[in-house]
Amino acid sequence: MRRIQVLLCSGTACQSSGSDKVKRALLDELGSHDLLSEVQIVETGCMGPCELGPVLLVYPEGTFYVRVKPDDAAEIVSEHFLKGRPVRRLLWTEGAPQPQEIPFFSRQMKLVLRNCGTIDPEKIEEYIATGGYEALGKVVTLDPAQVIAAVKESGLRGRGGAGFPTGTKWELVRAATGDTKYVICNADEGDPGAFMDRAILEGDPHAVLEGMAIAAYAVGASRGYVYVRAEYPLAIRRLEVALAQARKLGLLGARIFESDFSFDIELRMGAGAFVCGEETALMASIEGRRGEPRPRPPYPATHGLWGKPTLINNVETFANVRHIVLGGAAAFAAVGTEKSKGTKVFALAGKVRNTGLVEVPMGITLRELVFDIGGGVPAGREFKAVQIGGPSGGCLPASLLDTPVDYDSLSRHGAIMGSGGVIVLDDATCMVNMARFFLEFTADESCGKCVPCRVGTQMMLAILNRIVAGEGTDQDLVRLAEIGDMMKNASLCALGQTAPNPVLSTLRYFPEEYRAHIRDRSCPAGVCPNLVRYVVVPEACRGCDACRRACPTGAAQGTAGKAPYRIADELCIRCGACFDACPFGAVKKEPR
Amino acid sequence: MINLRIDDVPAQAEPGQTILDAARAAGVRIPTLCHLEALCPVGACRLCLVEIRNWNGKLVPACATPAQEGLDVVANSDRLTSLRRTILELLFAERNHICAFCVSNGHCELQDLATELGMDHVTFPYRFPALALDASHAKFGIDHNRCVLCGRCVRACAEVEGAFTWGFAGRGVHTLVEADLGDRWGRSVTCTGCGKCVQACPTGALFEKGKITAEQEKRPALLAEITERRPRA
Ligand SMILES: Cc1cc2nc3c(=O)[nH]c(=O)nc-3n(C[C@H](O)[C@H](O)[C@H](O)COP(=O)(O)O)c2cc1C
Ligand code: SF4
Ligand code: SF4
Ligand code: SF4
Ligand code: SF4
Ligand code: FES
Ligand code: FES
Repeated sequence: MRRIQVLLCSGTACQSSGSDKVKRALLDELGSHDLLSEVQIVETGCMGPCELGPVLLVYPEGTFYVRVKPDDAAEIVSEHFLKGRPVRRLLWTEGAPQPQEIPFFSRQMKLVLRNCGTIDPEKIEEYIATGGYEALGKVVTLDPAQVIAAVKESGLRGRGGAGFPTGTKWELVRAATGDTKYVICNADEGDPGAFMDRAILEGDPHAVLEGMAIAAYAVGASRGYVYVRAEYPLAIRRLEVALAQARKLGLLGARIFESDFSFDIELRMGAGAFVCGEETALMASIEGRRGEPRPRPPYPATHGLWGKPTLINNVETFANVRHIVLGGAAAFAAVGTEKSKGTKVFALAGKVRNTGLVEVPMGITLRELVFDIGGGVPAGREFKAVQIGGPSGGCLPASLLDTPVDYDSLSRHGAIMGSGGVIVLDDATCMVNMARFFLEFTADESCGKCVPCRVGTQMMLAILNRIVAGEGTDQDLVRLAEIGDMMKNASLCALGQTAPNPVLSTLRYFPEEYRAHIRDRSCPAGVCPNLVRYVVVPEACRGCDACRRACPTGAAQGTAGKAPYRIADELCIRCGACFDACPFGAVKKEPR
Repeated sequence: MINLRIDDVPAQAEPGQTILDAARAAGVRIPTLCHLEALCPVGACRLCLVEIRNWNGKLVPACATPAQEGLDVVANSDRLTSLRRTILELLFAERNHICAFCVSNGHCELQDLATELGMDHVTFPYRFPALALDASHAKFGIDHNRCVLCGRCVRACAEVEGAFTWGFAGRGVHTLVEADLGDRWGRSVTCTGCGKCVQACPTGALFEKGKITAEQEKRPALLAEITERRPRA
C-alpha cells in the first residue's frame, strides 16, 4: 500500500499547460528522495477548473494544488510528502486546501463526471473497481423491455441538445423492423468552446462504451460507432485503449458475459464541420457521403445508418446510463425538476472567475451556476447576460438569473440547453456585436443545402454588419425578427432553425442596445469601432506624445510634455492606434 | 392504402408515397423546385413546405415526407404563400437573376414560381456574387450565377445516367456544383455528354451551347420518361 496518492490531471487543458513536465519533475524528485515506492502518481481525466492547470490532488487528505510548475515539485515533495506541510502558495484559495471546502466543487453534483479526475482512464481495472461494467453484467440477464422501462422511468433526456426522452427513443429503435440495427455515439461536439464530451471521453471512456453496450442490448443492435472529431486526439487514443481493454476482457465482442448478446464498437473520425453533429448529416458522413442533413421523418430510429434502424445518442447521454441501471431509475429521477432529470455537465466560460467543467443537478438556477460555482464576474465589472446553449443558444439577462436550468425553462425564455456551453458576459460586452459574432459562425457553418438557412443567415448577418457599422435603420429590426422567424420554421435542420436564437434573444432582452446603435449611432458598451469616441482622460495623460505619433490622421493632438492631449473627433477614423499606443491607459473608448 | 386530408380534401397514397404524391393525385397544387419526378427527394428548397395540423402545425417538405394515415395537411394558406415568397426572394437575391439577359427567360421554373406566387419584387439586397461561367464543355455550359443549388443536375447525373459527374463543393452560401471534384466540365472524364443534367436544371444555370437569350427550353420530364421505361428491380 502506498502512503500517498497523487491524482494528476492529464486532461487536454492540463496537458497543454504542462502536466507531463510536472509528472516527470515529481518522479525525479521522488526518485532522489527514494520515495517512489511510497508515492503513487495516477494520471486522471479533467478535474474541472481547467484554467488553473496543471492541477493535482494529493491523497489521503485531499489537498488540491493549482498552477503547478515543474519547479514546484521539489517543494511539494520535501515539504508536503516528507514533512506533511501543504504548500500554501499552490492552494486555490489560501486556507481551503480541500476541494470540498471550495464552492466551485462543493456546489456541484458529480454523477457523469464522478470518475473524471479520480481514476486513470487508461486502466480498465480502475473503472471496474468503481463498479464499472456491473450494469452491463446485470442488463444482459434482464429482458430488453425492462431495460427500456428503467430508462424511461428515469426521465433521462438526450444531452446532445434537443432533450428528446432517451427511453422513448430506445423503444422506437427496438420496435423498428429489421435484423440489423446500429448504435451511434455522437461525439462530434462542434460548439466552439464546449468540451463536456471531450472531457468525459478522456476521463472515463468506459462509461460511454458501457452505456452504448447497454443501449445496444436494449434495442437489439450488434454494432456500434463512436463518431468523434479528429481534433480530439487524446479522446481518440483513450477510446482506442478502452476498446482494446474491453475486448480483451470479453466486455465487448462475441457473447458478452456468456450471454447471447454480441456487440462491438468502431471509431469514426469527423473532420469537424459543425453540421456533422446533426444526426442525419453524421450518418451521411459515416457512409462516406457529403455531411448534409436530410429531412426527418423518416427518423434514424427507422431509417438510419445505411437505411437501417439506428439509435443515436450523445456522449453524456450514454455516460448516464450505467448510473440508472446500478442506482435505480427512481434514485436518478429524484435529482432534477419535473421534466428534466439528473445532472448536466456545463463548460463555464467567459467573464467569470472560475471557468471550466462543472456538473450540476438540473433545476439549479443560473445565479447559482454563475455566482456560486462560477464565482461571479471578476472585480471591476458587472454581470450583463449569460449566453447558454452555444452558437444556437440564447442570451439571458440579469433579470432572469433565477431561471432554473432545465430544458423547458430555458427554451421558454428563448435560450436552449444545447450541449452545455455557458458563456458569461459582462457589461463590457456589446450584445449586438455578440449576436453578430454567433451568426457569423452559423452562417459559416451552414451546409448550404436549404435556402432559408443558406441565404437567411447571410441576410441577417448583412443587417447586423450594417447595424454595428452605424448604418442600421428601425426597419432592420423588424426584418431581423421576420427572417429569424422564417428560418426557425422553414429550415431543414436545427442548425438553421436555431441559428437566429442569439439575435432573437438579444432583440428581446436588449432592444435598447440595438436602438442606441441605430438611432444614436452609439455603442453603449463602447465596442463597435464605428460607434465609439476616443477621448483622453486628462488626469491620466502624461503628455508623452505616443498617441499623436501613432495617429494616422492628426486627430490626436498636443505638445510633448504638455499634458493633457486631446483627440479631435471630427478627424478620428476610429482605428484605435492611439488607444493601443498610450502607455498610461489614458486613451479611453466611450459611447458616442 | 393510406388516407389523409390535404387542404380539407380527402387524399390517398400508397405506402412509400409522399405527401406531394398524394396531393398531386388529389389535384392539389403544391409548388416545388428542387424536387423532380424520378429523382430521390432531398427537401432542400423548402418551397413545398406544408403545415401538418395534427403535428402542432409543424412545417414539412411535401416532396420528402412520407404520407401517413390520418395526416391533416394544409398545402396552401396565406402563411405558406408568404413563406414561399420569402424563399423565392432569397433565391433571387442570392445570385444573379436578371431574366431579360438569361437563356431561360420565359422557360424557367424559378421565374414561373415567382409569377405563380405573386413575388413581384425582392425586398432583400441583391448579393450579385459574380461567379464563374464554365463553357469548356463541347455541348453545354454552366453559369453559376443562375444556379439555385437545387441539386437536380447532381441527382440526374448520378441516379439516372450513373456518371456521378456533378457534386457539391464548399458550404453555405459558397456552395457550388462542380464537375469531377473541381475540374472544368469540358475536361471531365466521367461526363458522357448525355445532357440529362441540362434537361433537369430548372433555371438558366445549365444550358446548351448556341442558345441565346430566352431560347433555352428544358425537358425536365425526360428523366421520368426514361426511368419509367426501365424494367423494375
Ligand atoms: C448543427 C447541429 C449540430 C449538432 N451537434 C451535435 C453534437 O456535436 N453532439 C451531439 O451529441 N448532438 C449534436 N446535435 C444533435 C444531434 O442531431 C442529435 O439530436 C443527438 O446526437 C441525439 O442524441 P441525444 O438524444 O442523446 O441528445 C447537433 C444538432 C445539430 C442540428
Ligand atoms: S438548416 Fe442549414 S445546415 Fe441545416 S440543412 Fe439547411 S442549410 Fe444545411
Ligand atoms: S434562371 Fe430563371 S430566374 Fe434566373 S435569370 Fe434565368 S430566367 Fe430569370
Ligand atoms: S451531360 Fe450527362 S454525364 Fe455529363 S454531367 Fe450532365 S448528366 Fe452527367
Ligand atoms: S446547375 Fe441547375 S440543376 Fe444543378 S443545382 Fe444549379 S440550378 Fe440546380
Ligand atoms: S484538463 Fe485538467 S482540470 Fe480540466
Ligand atoms: S421541392 Fe420539396 S423541398 Fe424543394
